[in-house]
Formats: sequence, C-alpha cells, structure tokens
Amino acid sequence: MLELLSFSLVPFMVLIIVIHGYIKGVDIYDAFLEGALEGLKTAVKLIPSLIAIFIAIGIFRGSQALDMLITLLNPLTDLTNIPKEVLPLILIRPLSGSGALAAVRDIISHYGPDSLPGILAAVMMGSSETIFYTTSLYYGSVGIKDYRYTLKAALISYVISVFITVTICGLLL
Amino acid sequence: MINTIWFFLIIVGILYGTLSGNLGQINNIILEQAEEGVSFGIGLMGIMAFWMGTMNIAEKSGLIKTISKGLRPIIGFLFPQIPKEHPAERWIVMNFIANMFGVGNGATAFGLKAMKELDALNPDKKRASNAMAMFLIINMSSLQLVPLSVIKIRHDYGAENPTSIIGITLLATFLSTLVAVIVGKIFEGGRRC
Repeated sequence: MLELLSFSLVPFMVLIIVIHGYIKGVDIYDAFLEGALEGLKTAVKLIPSLIAIFIAIGIFRGSQALDMLITLLNPLTDLTNIPKEVLPLILIRPLSGSGALAAVRDIISHYGPDSLPGILAAVMMGSSETIFYTTSLYYGSVGIKDYRYTLKAALISYVISVFITVTICGLLL
Repeated sequence: MINTIWFFLIIVGILYGTLSGNLGQINNIILEQAEEGVSFGIGLMGIMAFWMGTMNIAEKSGLIKTISKGLRPIIGFLFPQIPKEHPAERWIVMNFIANMFGVGNGATAFGLKAMKELDALNPDKKRASNAMAMFLIINMSSLQLVPLSVIKIRHDYGAENPTSIIGITLLATFLSTLVAVIVGKIFEGGRRC
C-alpha cells in the first residue's frame, strides 16, 4: 500500500499541479520554463561541492583507510551490543549514500536478507541520511562558511539513532 | 568543521594509501570521482529543472501556500524564527513531503530553495542560522517512509518478505527524527538567530 503510494506520488503530484495551475489561470508553460531555468542554474552551482566531496570520500575509501578505521573500531562493538557485521555500514552511512548502499548489499549477500545483520542493515539504511554530502551541498549553495553546531548535532543524533535501531531490532526480532 | 573533515579525509587517505601501497589507485580515484561529480551534477540538472519548473506552477497557482497552511503549527514549533507566510515555510514543507515519499531529487530541489529563503532571513550571510541548522539536522535524520532501494536489495537476495522491514524502519525513522529535533533544540539553547 505504501509502496503503491510511493510510485504513484510523482505522476499524481504533477497531475494535480498542472490542473490546479490551469484552472487558476496561471501561464503554466511559461511558469514551468522559468522554474526549470532556475533548476538548471542550481544544479550547475552544486557541481563544485559534488566534486570536492566525491574525491575526498573516494580517496578515503580507495586507500583502504576506511577499512583500517573499521578494524580499529572493532573492539568498540564488543563493548556495545552492536553486531560488528554492520560496523562498516555505520561508518560509511554519514559519508556516502552509494557507498552505504553497497555496504548494505554486501551484508545482505553475506548473511542473508532475513538474518539479524541483514535486517539491521536494511533498517539502518532506511532510517538515516548522508550527513556530510547533504550539509556541504545545502550550505555551499548559499555560501555559508560557519556551520555552527549542525554537524555535531547531526552526528550525535545519528549515533543515538544507531543505538535505538539496534535496540528496536533486538527487541522485535 | 567541513574544512577539518575534508582535510582529514584527504590527508589520512593519501598517507594511508602511501603506507599500504594503494597509492596507484588514488590517481584513478581522483580522475574517476571528479568525473562522477560532474556527471552526477549533470544528471541532476534535468530532474531539478523538471521539479523546479513544476513547482513554479504550483507556487504561482497558490497550491503550495494552501498545503503549507495545514502544517503551519509544526513548522512554527520547529522554526520559530521564520515569520508567518514567509516563502521559506512553503519550501520546507515541500522538502519534507518529497523526502517522506522518497522523491530524493525533488527534495533536494525544494531544500535548496528553502535554504535560499532562509538565507534571505539570515542576518549573517557566512554563518548558519538556527533555522538552517534545524532544517538540515531534520533532513539528515531521514524522513523517508518507504526505503525502496533497500527493499529492492532484499528482494534481489531472496528475502521471504522483502517489505517486512517497513514497519520497523518507520519506527526507527520516526525515533531518529524525534532525536534529531530534540538534539537540535538543545544546541539551539533558546538563542534567537
């Protein structure tokens, strides 16, 4: 049901917007062109931050530094009740969306989709976002240099939500 | 802070790559990722143009205004600094809705519009305002109701019931967003801007 809603949302939204605009007498074609041009300009402005972030994260992952960090943090998972199978995902998630999706695929193919790590990985992926990319993209678009507490608060929330997710999965499965 | 993180990622990456003999790969990664950044941005152009164009119609017809009216109490609590009826309100609402239904690129387009409006309200152009920080913190807590990409992977690897995680994910998403709002409000600490 929710899935169907997700798929039909875009065409449905477009339909409503166009009909509503037409009835209200908006020059819908001109309005579309005007907005689209702004969309193009915005996308171009994003490219520098995309390149900067992609390269930095690419270097960190490709040099195996990320794997080293995961090994270093392994003792930590023994102290907490976080299964260490999902540690790579926990570390990649704030950095890279595609990297995180690859980690989820990896965990699910290794341990099976219905194993605890498999389900945990799926839930974590679905209930978190790519922190660094989002922050630099959004702030970069309006030229903000001082992010103040944004990253700190987002990371703290992320860590808390990781523990919450682990607990929920532990209780419900 | 992004300065420090960017510095850390590159320095540690290159130094560790040197020590572990993965330096050769870094050349490729730089070439590859630079290209990836450009092609991702270009890939975004079409869909951003589409959403911004469509939303410009909805803006002109007053539809977005009507929708955001219903959600005003929530927006008012989260972003007390935004004056009533300010356009920032509308774009934030549209961003949240698009995020909830997994229209990722649409959400980005609305989010950037919201940032622009929040920037207009911000007295210090270099420094993030409370409203901006709260907006991003909520965005980064994930609002998506149905994680389609994950369900697809579960399906590909033969899960008994690929969609069975939706319930737990909804709960986890709700709690993580709640935590984000609380943490954001604590950091705000009653400061006005």
